[in-house]
Amino acid sequence: MARIEALTGDEVAAEAMRQINPDVVAAYPITPQTEIVQNFSQFVADGKVDTEMIRVESEHSAMSACVGAASAGARAMTATSANGLALMWEILYIAASYRLPIVMSVVNRALSGPINIHCDHSDSMGARDSGWIQIYSENCQEIYDNLIQAVKIGENKKLLLPVMVCFDGFIISHGTERVELLEDEVVRKFIGEFKPDYPLLDVDHPLTYGPLDLFDYYFEHKRQQIEAIDKAPDIIEQVGRDYGRISGRTYGLLEEFNLEKSDLVIIVTGSTAGTAKATILELKEQGIDVGILKIRVFRPFPYQQIKEALKGKVAVAVMDRSASFGALGGPIFTEVRSALYEEDKKPLVVNYIYGLGGRETTVEHIKKVAHDLLNIKKTGKVENLVNYLGVRE
Amino acid sequence: MKEKGWKDIPIGGLILEAGNAERYLTGSWRTFRPVVNEEKCTDCLLCWIYCPDGSVIVEDGKRKGFHYDHCKGCGICADVCPFGAIEMVEESKYREGAGKVSSEKGGR
Repeated sequence: MARIEALTGDEVAAEAMRQINPDVVAAYPITPQTEIVQNFSQFVADGKVDTEMIRVESEHSAMSACVGAASAGARAMTATSANGLALMWEILYIAASYRLPIVMSVVNRALSGPINIHCDHSDSMGARDSGWIQIYSENCQEIYDNLIQAVKIGENKKLLLPVMVCFDGFIISHGTERVELLEDEVVRKFIGEFKPDYPLLDVDHPLTYGPLDLFDYYFEHKRQQIEAIDKAPDIIEQVGRDYGRISGRTYGLLEEFNLEKSDLVIIVTGSTAGTAKATILELKEQGIDVGILKIRVFRPFPYQQIKEALKGKVAVAVMDRSASFGALGGPIFTEVRSALYEEDKKPLVVNYIYGLGGRETTVEHIKKVAHDLLNIKKTGKVENLVNYLGVRE
Repeated sequence: MKEKGWKDIPIGGLILEAGNAERYLTGSWRTFRPVVNEEKCTDCLLCWIYCPDGSVIVEDGKRKGFHYDHCKGCGICADVCPFGAIEMVEESKYREGAGKVSSEKGGR
């Protein structure tokens, strides 16, 4: 039977880790991630997990220790935020290129500077080309569900890729919500035992991780990585369906909300999807229908599914909780627009950069976006391609 | 050796067999080569112990020379030699043989 508890995002992430019972966790504290590893450390101290907990001196070392552990054949996990993720940068690419299925919670927080501890997606969006799978969570339940699925996704033999499970700092990490938890045995049976093909600790079959790879083979190894992550959409959907069978909650790459009712769409990811859904229900009562397309998986980018979901739509607002300085809009916007390029009949697309550094995004903000969409539909024109929602002029 | 395509190589840059660094020649990286003054050498073999590339050839407890295909010229052997028997000599003085000669006394 499922248990129902009231937990914060960080607490439920730690609870998922307890049930996953990884062989190694190496981590360094950083707000707003700290409570994940703090709670997990308590599980280790209380003997509730078999995990070897490695307390390191930096996030660079945390990810390095995870790489070492995963190479050795361990199931390794960690968690970080913002500048901690930035300090891991070098090793993020190494984890992905060695094809090590490490799972990491990324509690989204604005990158310095100026220094800020609150939510935006600048940290994980910056890591979008590191070769990691990225799954974004709207609420505490999704953090739990995504972490358990992430283990099974990353360890799939067709992928063998590390996975980031992202969720919004403070808004979700420190917000208490109702969550349904599975039984320990159900989780452990679902993820199974990690049986790596090439563990360094298999001393009867000595092998080398991380040799010099110059102009003769580096390109081929990158081509393999591209091939692997391109296979991920099918695996993620399969795991999402399998997870639905044990939990009653099925997951895909995207989530549609009121989408078929309207030719106007707001594309959003993370906790703001919740705000947007509430707004859409309110607008419905006023006779205004707008659809929501929530991006759950940003890497690999589900361009095929987005293209399908946007067929016949007239106007689309893409919400980005990060800026890509000097680019034509935020990272989600540029990729959505690119996905639509080949379509004969494509919707008008407009971008909203919002919520940087934890700036609150309210129902009123989403209403403004919805009314802008109505106006775009009426005039057939996008006045400003990139807009800044909630900034003071 | 014909280089393989991306579908035919192990993932993750893994090398699945042990000891194949021998096939990767690094002698051409060398700027200085170790040259032994045979009169000073006592066959204490500290050079052999310290060499990070296993490039000191030893047979029957005696130092026999260097694997110049693999010696990168780091100079650790010269540094640790208690008798000053190893001198690092600029490679240009051996230009013809640089990276090609297997060993002074024949490679393996």
